[in-house]
Amino acid sequence: MNIDSSIITTTLQATIRAGTPLLFTVLGDIFTERSGVMNLGLEGLMLVGAISGFAVSYSTGNLFLAVIAAMIAGALLGAVHAFFTVTLRINQVVSGLAITMLGTGISGLWGKGYIGVVAAQFKTLEIPFLSKIPFIGSVLFSHDILVYISYLLVPLMWFYIYKTKPGMILRAVGESPAAADARGINVFMVRYFYTMLGGAITALGGAYLSLAYTSMWIENMTAGRGWIGIALVLFATWDPAKAMFGAYLFGGVTALGLRMQAAGTTISSHILMMFPYILTVAVLFFTSTEKIKLKVGAPAALGVPYSREEKT
Amino acid sequence: MNILVPVVSIIFSLLVMGIILLIFFQRSGMSWGQAFSETLSAYGEMFSWPFGNVYGIYQTLLKMVPLAFVGLGLSFAYRMKIWNIGGEGQLYMGAFAATWGALFLFNGIENKFLMITLILLMGAAFGALWAAIPAFMKAFAKTDEIVVTLMLNYVAIFWVDYLVYGPWKDPKGYNFPLTAEYPESAKLPTMFNGEVHVGIIMVIVLAVILQYVYSRTSWGFNSAIAGDNQKAAKYAGINIGFYTIVALLVSGAIGGMGGAVQMMGIQHRLQHGFSPGYGYTAIIIAWLAKLNPLAILLVSFLFGGLLVGNEQLQMFYRLPLALIYIFQGLVLFSLMGGEAIFNYRIRFVKERAVEE
Amino acid sequence: MKGPEGPFAYWFNIPHLISLRKGDTVDVDRRNVLEMRHISKHFAGVKANDDIDIELKKGEVLALLGENGAGKTTLMNILFGIYKADNGEIVINGKSIHISSPHDALKHGVGMVQQHFTLVPSFTTAENIVLGLKELGFIPKTKNVESRIEELGNRYGLPVNPRAKVWTLSVGEKQRIEILKLLYTGAKILILDEPTAVLTPQEAESLFEAVRKMVADGASVIFISHKLDEVMEVSDRVTVLRSGKVVGTVNTAEVTKNDLARMMVGRDVILDIQKPEVEIGKKILEIENLKVKNDKGLLSVNNLNLEVKAGEVLGIAGVAGNGQRELAEAIYGLRKVEVGKILLHGKDITGTSVSHRIKEGIAYIPEDRKGTATCPNLPVSTNLFLKNTITRLADSTHFFIDRKKIVEKAAELINSYSIMTPSPKTPVKFLSGGNIQKVVLARELSTTPSLIIASHPTRGLDIGAMEFVYRTLLEQKRKGAAILLLAGELYEIFRLSDRVAVIYEGEIVGYAPPDPAYIEEIGLMMGGSKKAGELH
Repeated sequence: MNIDSSIITTTLQATIRAGTPLLFTVLGDIFTERSGVMNLGLEGLMLVGAISGFAVSYSTGNLFLAVIAAMIAGALLGAVHAFFTVTLRINQVVSGLAITMLGTGISGLWGKGYIGVVAAQFKTLEIPFLSKIPFIGSVLFSHDILVYISYLLVPLMWFYIYKTKPGMILRAVGESPAAADARGINVFMVRYFYTMLGGAITALGGAYLSLAYTSMWIENMTAGRGWIGIALVLFATWDPAKAMFGAYLFGGVTALGLRMQAAGTTISSHILMMFPYILTVAVLFFTSTEKIKLKVGAPAALGVPYSREEKT
Repeated sequence: MNILVPVVSIIFSLLVMGIILLIFFQRSGMSWGQAFSETLSAYGEMFSWPFGNVYGIYQTLLKMVPLAFVGLGLSFAYRMKIWNIGGEGQLYMGAFAATWGALFLFNGIENKFLMITLILLMGAAFGALWAAIPAFMKAFAKTDEIVVTLMLNYVAIFWVDYLVYGPWKDPKGYNFPLTAEYPESAKLPTMFNGEVHVGIIMVIVLAVILQYVYSRTSWGFNSAIAGDNQKAAKYAGINIGFYTIVALLVSGAIGGMGGAVQMMGIQHRLQHGFSPGYGYTAIIIAWLAKLNPLAILLVSFLFGGLLVGNEQLQMFYRLPLALIYIFQGLVLFSLMGGEAIFNYRIRFVKERAVEE
Repeated sequence: MKGPEGPFAYWFNIPHLISLRKGDTVDVDRRNVLEMRHISKHFAGVKANDDIDIELKKGEVLALLGENGAGKTTLMNILFGIYKADNGEIVINGKSIHISSPHDALKHGVGMVQQHFTLVPSFTTAENIVLGLKELGFIPKTKNVESRIEELGNRYGLPVNPRAKVWTLSVGEKQRIEILKLLYTGAKILILDEPTAVLTPQEAESLFEAVRKMVADGASVIFISHKLDEVMEVSDRVTVLRSGKVVGTVNTAEVTKNDLARMMVGRDVILDIQKPEVEIGKKILEIENLKVKNDKGLLSVNNLNLEVKAGEVLGIAGVAGNGQRELAEAIYGLRKVEVGKILLHGKDITGTSVSHRIKEGIAYIPEDRKGTATCPNLPVSTNLFLKNTITRLADSTHFFIDRKKIVEKAAELINSYSIMTPSPKTPVKFLSGGNIQKVVLARELSTTPSLIIASHPTRGLDIGAMEFVYRTLLEQKRKGAAILLLAGELYEIFRLSDRVAVIYEGEIVGYAPPDPAYIEEIGLMMGGSKKAGELH
């Protein structure tokens, strides 16, 4: 009995840990997409976050600085995306792909000197009292501080987006930039801001991988998580709460896969690794109806560059 | 005039990458002067071998084949603004199907012509099959093809990994993730003293065929209409659902053929990671070439050379292979940025001209 | 009051719609609250505004009258900060002002209600009205705002529900919100751009009432329109624009509609196109009990019946949004039929594909020609032969096309339809609106169709182009085509049609002859208050 429950406990813990980088990535992209900018460059952003965080952690030994560095790097790369999509108004899909390539390349080049090296790692921080609760305590409250930050980020973002004035402005810019523009809201600045903010939070997801999940840098260590993040944003219909659900769901699939592998199942690890991607495809298929989009207040202007002078 | 932006993009990206290399070399311990000359010599190596040396050119041609195949395949869909990002996956599935045929299904067939034809068909069929998934999703549920094709890339790569690490692993392969070697009948004939296989001829022929299809057939005519304005296409009686599915299927089929050709031409066995992202590079190639089949051949040759050069840099200057991604990202950005600026100027200039 | 005589002047004499503002005291000492001086603006070589001067006095309603393309909207877009003028200045209350954006304009008290609304669909009315305002705290409390909005709405006769989500509201309600948005922020100069285009006659009346109340409260209104009746009813003065220039400014009380029409068009409204005497033949189109859904999933064509015979023009009158577009699309095959039958030449074509219907001889000139009927980046020649795979006009087969032949034949069409284009290979997006319409016409009519569905065929065209369209359509009528004409402008329907049907909420609610004596009946039917059979 005890052995069984501890396997469930550790699997759930692993689910949370595996889901956290996804959660950060999706939350960041929610900000970006809600302002009307599609960002396919999540993979590149995560990698840049991972390497810059790791590099700073290695040189300074200060994890806090490392996190800041990762977020700044993410914001900068996000600014590049914003420049091309918002100012130059080029195709957002192409720009996103280019960001991914740049991010992958830059992280590969920069990371060359850090392969095989170990740096600091975020330690588990047991929350006093809460972590003693049987079962739930160890599953939810025995993680590192970044996980706790991700917990807080969800309700904060939810409140921000739906209940505050800047959140209202964000939604207006995404759904009807003309309406926002007519009210003196600077659509360009809003989009720049949230693309950069989103980039920073996504990069944090990558930094989690090299600073907490592991304490190393491996080339391409995100292994496709950025792409899953893109799908998750759609799956979560740009809602932070649903994003949390989705991130842990996918984290769970990954964790389960690893567990099953460790338990010596005959299913090849490669087949198991396919599952998040297959699941994503299935989810996309079932949520692609127009009705769902309308109901949910999808950023209708997603992917469309804004121009005041466009004659209809 | 159309050529200006792509050419400038490439030159600009080379310059920026040069600067990045400069910084990299300097930070790895050299002085600025040393770093500068190191960068110059690296560039020299990167271009002189793949384009200047006969054997380098052969290597370039070899790399050109899969790039051009996937590039041609992708552009077939891109003409209709169907964003097939699944070139890599279609390549892998084609390679898988080719291996299945060569080592198992058609094992024993001696006739080279027959074998090669069968394997090509297998590659095309499975590439098309792989693209059929997003095709039907798009036609029936309007699912966006971008993320679906992307996800399927990973599924395909893992599928091949499963096979080469598992049931298809060559028992005589020292436990490396690869299959047994293809029989002789499944290997493409070669030219230039065995240095280059006939896949290069195949892809050139394919490009010519596609050029003809685009300019002389009703498919070319109607798909251009569908790509420009889908509503107008429906209004003109063009069956969008049908065209969408066919575009994706053919796109995947060509990519799959590329995988098969790569297997039969040079790899001669299925192995882990045989494609260093050809499917993604092909996207950029298609864009740079503005979806024109003959231009795709040219640009594939160029990028093939750059990939070969990249390998040289890795060997002699210990630069990571990821370097080429920086270049590709830069090219995309400068291409897009250049187009944006160029179009803006065109509008401006046209206004002036009409006023006078 | 009797108006002038003459062939087409009759519809200007509509007693109940003329209401002169008797008893109004004219305040001679009205300051100019707004002046636009020497405004010029050009787009791609076309002078949309050519040295325009206008003045708006405090507390008046100034109508800006002109045909489509005269420059009215461009001028107002400059005032509202959407466009930047090439030359000229804007003076508000005596001070020269630089307006760089709509927000800037609002700060100076200038607000515009455009033809396309700028509302956030998932927000409530209240949220839309207060979006971006400073008074809103970090955590917006819309409750206090809601009662203020309700009160404001009632005061001006613009009732709205502050709590309703905008995407659920009707067009009329949305327009009211747009106006309230401006009033709420204290706009004193309001620009209304063709506001009645989407309203029933009754809703239009409410709007005029609201305008009068706003003006009585100290606002000044610029009312853009091309409809003479409205202009006569609601304005104090009229500035008439034609081809980008000001033709003149008059006091409404001192002119007749014919005067205005003359100023607007540049000559007496003769436009004397004789309807050819054509023998009406067999039934070409029959529609039985048709039900069609719109994009939102609601039934917009609801039990519709009609028939059109060869050589006949059936005009469908109705306010936009009563199912006309869905009807046209259903007949052409672009939209699914839920219930009912469509018969062409007696054969049931319900459920058949667009390509089948093209083969059977149906032509469609859609309302949105740029978005639906042309490929902007492709050459004129391709656009002229968009349906070539089906129609095979340029000697092509099912699988192959001969591009050279297409360009040749295109040159012929360009010639016969006088399409202004540098070459047949020019991308069609560089052509002017009128010429794009000609491309669509040339393509559709060169197949000698049996049924033509023409939806707002002259929208956005100048007089010359309009006459060309009318002549061409009537030519087809002479050749025995059946024409289904969907238009918002009654005069167009009267000019071309043999019979007039009125559509309301997806049904044909009545018929009338194309005789201005029936305008009131037709107007009532359009507004839904009368359902009748044939009127003779």
